[in-house]
Amino acid sequence: MITTNNLTKSYGKHTVLNIESLIIPKGESFGLVGNNGAGKTTFFSLLLDLIQPSTGSINNNNIKVNESEDWKPFTSAFIDETFLIGYLTPEEYFYFIGELRGQNKADVDALLATYQDFFHGEILNQKKYLRDLSKGNQKKAGIVASFIGNPEVIILDEPFANLDPTTQIRLKQIIKDLAQNKDVTVLVSSHDLMHVTEVCERIVVLNKGEIVKDIQTSTETLKELESFFGG
Amino acid sequence: MLKHFIALQWKSFFRAASFKTNVAFKILMIFGAIYFIAVFLGLGFGAFYLIEDAELGDPFKIVNSFMIYYLVADLMFRYAIQKMPITNIKPLLYLPILKSKVVHYSLGKTIVSFFNWSHAFFFIPFSIILIIEGYNPLGVVGWHLGIMALFYCSNFLNVLLNNKDSILYPVGIVFAVLGICQYYQLFDITVYTAPIFNSLYNFPWMAVIPWLLVAGLYYLAFSYFKKHMYLDAGLAVKKSVAKTEDYTWLNRFGNLGVFLKNDIKLIRRNKRSKTTVITSFFFLFYGLLFFTGAIEVYDNAVWKIFAGIFVSGGFLFTFGQYVPSWDSSYYPLMMSQNIQYREYLNSKWVLVIIATVVSTVLAVPYIYFGIDAYLAILVGAIYNIGVNSYLVLWGGAYIKTPIDLTSNKKAFGDKQSFNMKTILLTMPKLLLPLVVYAIGHYSISPTAGYISVALAGVFGFAFKNWAFKKIEQVYKKEKYKTLLAYKQNS
Repeated sequence: MITTNNLTKSYGKHTVLNIESLIIPKGESFGLVGNNGAGKTTFFSLLLDLIQPSTGSINNNNIKVNESEDWKPFTSAFIDETFLIGYLTPEEYFYFIGELRGQNKADVDALLATYQDFFHGEILNQKKYLRDLSKGNQKKAGIVASFIGNPEVIILDEPFANLDPTTQIRLKQIIKDLAQNKDVTVLVSSHDLMHVTEVCERIVVLNKGEIVKDIQTSTETLKELESFFGG
Repeated sequence: MLKHFIALQWKSFFRAASFKTNVAFKILMIFGAIYFIAVFLGLGFGAFYLIEDAELGDPFKIVNSFMIYYLVADLMFRYAIQKMPITNIKPLLYLPILKSKVVHYSLGKTIVSFFNWSHAFFFIPFSIILIIEGYNPLGVVGWHLGIMALFYCSNFLNVLLNNKDSILYPVGIVFAVLGICQYYQLFDITVYTAPIFNSLYNFPWMAVIPWLLVAGLYYLAFSYFKKHMYLDAGLAVKKSVAKTEDYTWLNRFGNLGVFLKNDIKLIRRNKRSKTTVITSFFFLFYGLLFFTGAIEVYDNAVWKIFAGIFVSGGFLFTFGQYVPSWDSSYYPLMMSQNIQYREYLNSKWVLVIIATVVSTVLAVPYIYFGIDAYLAILVGAIYNIGVNSYLVLWGGAYIKTPIDLTSNKKAFGDKQSFNMKTILLTMPKLLLPLVVYAIGHYSISPTAGYISVALAGVFGFAFKNWAFKKIEQVYKKEKYKTLLAYKQNS
């Protein structure tokens, strides 16, 4: 689904990302871990064509993301609060995204209904604009919005951060369910090794912009990661 | 402690992400300030003799009788523009600094504000003239000090009244009505207020009273802020009750409707955009300067086209030039969503066109100044629709200033105007129609002038597809730079 070739991103002399080759097959649930500055968000931003690569390219379903925009219809993401429109209510925001992705109100409502638990009664019908919601609740809205319109590639940057424990557990279940669907490729980054090993089939560790580990998740993975980051 | 505060202020200015352009903007502000100072000085020296020559009576009494309007206007002006002192004190809250010191500093900062000392440029020369003209020096000094104190009262009142629209707007309306009543000689409030100001002269010791008032207001403002220096009180951001709105009637426009819905919500729900709409409304009155012959140099056929462009294009200039900055806070979303630039631009374009048409209709009363006046506005509108609508969208691609929708900061002019490309783009926006008109006007006839400007507009309109394609290319080219610039909130 996603192939990366000789991808680098440099600012001046400083190279922040350097990935020779990375292939993420369709349907994989892919986890990206690394310390601050490892290049996780840079990679996702490149994948969404929000920044330009210095060299190389990323193909999303055989579409070169920095040359064509045809990847947009089947790709969705929640990176940070810049993906939210502050002056809309959550409902309006969901419908807006829905309309952009060819979903009518009923479709969106049906989807939202399945996330009632996840919302925990704090998102819908709150008479609040998104900008007035707490960080955690904003995140919930952004994550669910990225599920609208049956996307084939879902990119979530640090989805667990800022969420309360109950919501984290629910989100894990949601991502696991998505991973069951072999048409959906999920890309998640996280600082929480436990969460990421739980939900991802494959984990890639970035360090200073380079891939240092590429692991198929097993029972040993968490230990392996802990010793890597601990040592 | 004061040293630290001043150091912080200094750094926040010099280390701002947009420092370079900021300096340019400050320079413009300084020019603006110099202009006002010059006007005030001119009035200060000239007012006495102007009034005397007009034989309205004792100039000093006249000034005193209008003082009440001056003070109220000053308060209104401050309310609209003067920034509140309580910015950036959040990070200081938990530090080992006495709260009272922070508040004293914040309030103290307002004392040295331009809004206060600018008045001195009128009152100092005016007082000197009064003494020269043989008024009792002691009385003049008392009066002068008293009036200065009243401006400081206004300063602290403004601090106290911050964000209380419900009080200040009625006061403004009441005084506007009083002014009208006075004009039509129905009721004259100055009969009651002038003696107060006169008594400052007659009994100089009375100047103590307004100064006591200043002290009182300072104390009130101080205790108010000290008491409310909590995140959920004075420092809390106001939250409004949200209502989900559908605007289903816009669905018939398909994809365009999706964006229009959003844009309408954007305008209605954000402080900054509301201010823009109000500002653009005032553009409607700009033509009065030209068509009433109030200003001599404007009394010229070519300048009337200039007026026409502005009267019909208020929204076009105030809103249009900030596309796409209106969406700066969620630009990454827009760029990774399933959105075609063309649809996005088209929705903004349609908004601008609708607003231009509405302004043109609202400008119908200009017919009062003759059919020529309205014709100028009409052809201005056609030019705005046909040519300027593209130019503002095009120019917008180079304006990479993120907009904070929830605050009015920088609503009145922005450093973006110092962008070379946008300055170049204003040429065809404003000068080209003048030139086109002048050629038609002087080579054939005024009618030919109007027709040629209108034709330029129609011509532009016919090339919409081509123009949009070009603009789209510019937006695509600038995309990454724009994303990066929006990330750096100044």
